[in-house]
Amino acid sequence: MAAKKTSAKGMDRRAVVAALVKDRGDALVVTGLGSSTYDTFAVGDHDLNFYLWGGMGGAAMAGLGLALAQPKRRVLVITGDGEMLMGIGSLATIAVAAPKNLAIAVIDNGHYGETGMQRAHTGLGVDITGMAKAAGIKSSTTLRSMNALKAWLKTWHHKSGPVFADIKVAAVPAPMRLPMRDGTAIKHRFRTALLGNAAFD
Amino acid sequence: MQTDQQTRATVWPDDIFEVLKENGVTQVAYVPDAGHSKLINRCHAEKTMKTVVLTTEEEGVAMMAGSFMGGAKGVLLMQSSGVGNCINMLSMFQECRLPILMLVTMRGVWGEFNPWQVPMGGSTAKALENAGVIVHSVEHAEEIKETLHACARLAFNTHRPVAVLIQQRVIGFKNWSK
Ligand SMILES: Cc1ncc(C[n+]2csc(CCOP(=O)(O)OP(=O)(O)O)c2C)c(N)n1
Ligand SMILES: [Mg+2]
Repeated sequence: MAAKKTSAKGMDRRAVVAALVKDRGDALVVTGLGSSTYDTFAVGDHDLNFYLWGGMGGAAMAGLGLALAQPKRRVLVITGDGEMLMGIGSLATIAVAAPKNLAIAVIDNGHYGETGMQRAHTGLGVDITGMAKAAGIKSSTTLRSMNALKAWLKTWHHKSGPVFADIKVAAVPAPMRLPMRDGTAIKHRFRTALLGNAAFD
Repeated sequence: MQTDQQTRATVWPDDIFEVLKENGVTQVAYVPDAGHSKLINRCHAEKTMKTVVLTTEEEGVAMMAGSFMGGAKGVLLMQSSGVGNCINMLSMFQECRLPILMLVTMRGVWGEFNPWQVPMGGSTAKALENAGVIVHSVEHAEEIKETLHACARLAFNTHRPVAVLIQQRVIGFKNWSK
């Protein structure tokens, strides 16, 4: 069917997320609820992953708080287009706060995948890269191929931020892989890895 | 001559600023409220504080989660109407047992002029409590220092969400004359 064909266009989301975190080094990663959290776990669990299972719309701002708290580390937010849209004003806040070490990667399938693949604004013509640019995040780009993504990796690793990428992926659900979901456990694991004993001061 | 009460009315934002510094707060996020304007200016002028203006209060809630995950302490400033914008985002704090220190200037409860402030002002404390936030309230300017200090300790030492409501009596009447 034509509709199916269109939705299968675009990159494989797991391959995209795998490429994003491959050479993460000591970077801190925040993942938006739903598929982005599952993808990031599926391609490699890590103590420095802050997996969100809720707080829809908050992933980018959690990334900002983290980036300001840890200015020497790179911080990468991996989130869905629906999640980003719910907190779209945070692009303005992040542009103004101007953290040099924050990167935002939107895994854009044009749909609300987690809730049954309903079309999202991004699948109906809304351009979040344009919104990020207009907010003042100068390094904002839409990525449509693995080659373009590979070239962008330098940007997220090295360019003075904030940097933003809207990465077009196929609207195809990936196999279910679920990370730990107890919030307190996620907190302790992350903070212990980052702060050592000071996590319990 | 200024009365004691008038003096208190002008220095309480300075009290707040001092307590925040003493408690190691390095991140400040806010949607402006007239009651917080002096404090906001002081925070922006302070180099040890990263002071962030938000487009909506829930952004600040999510930001404070990231701050603490990164080992920093923050404070979130808003007026009572902004509490209504925060509720779902606060679920992160209950689930992850994260601290947040919220400083809320009240509207709609005492000597209010704008009727549109009354609904949210009347449900601010209940809404916060229902969201799992511990709520303390300040009725008089001279209590602010002690209460805020106690709330900062409670929040950051026990990893709990805590809100301090600064009642409208402290802030004084908003001047509506043209
Ligand atoms: C405040 C809130 N509203 C709605 C939901 C339901 N919900 C969970 S995930 C999701 C859609 C996520 O879409 P997107 O971020 O694009 O992720 P993906 O398409 O990758 O699944 C929605 C609407 C929720 N969890 N919280
Ligand atoms: Mg989506």
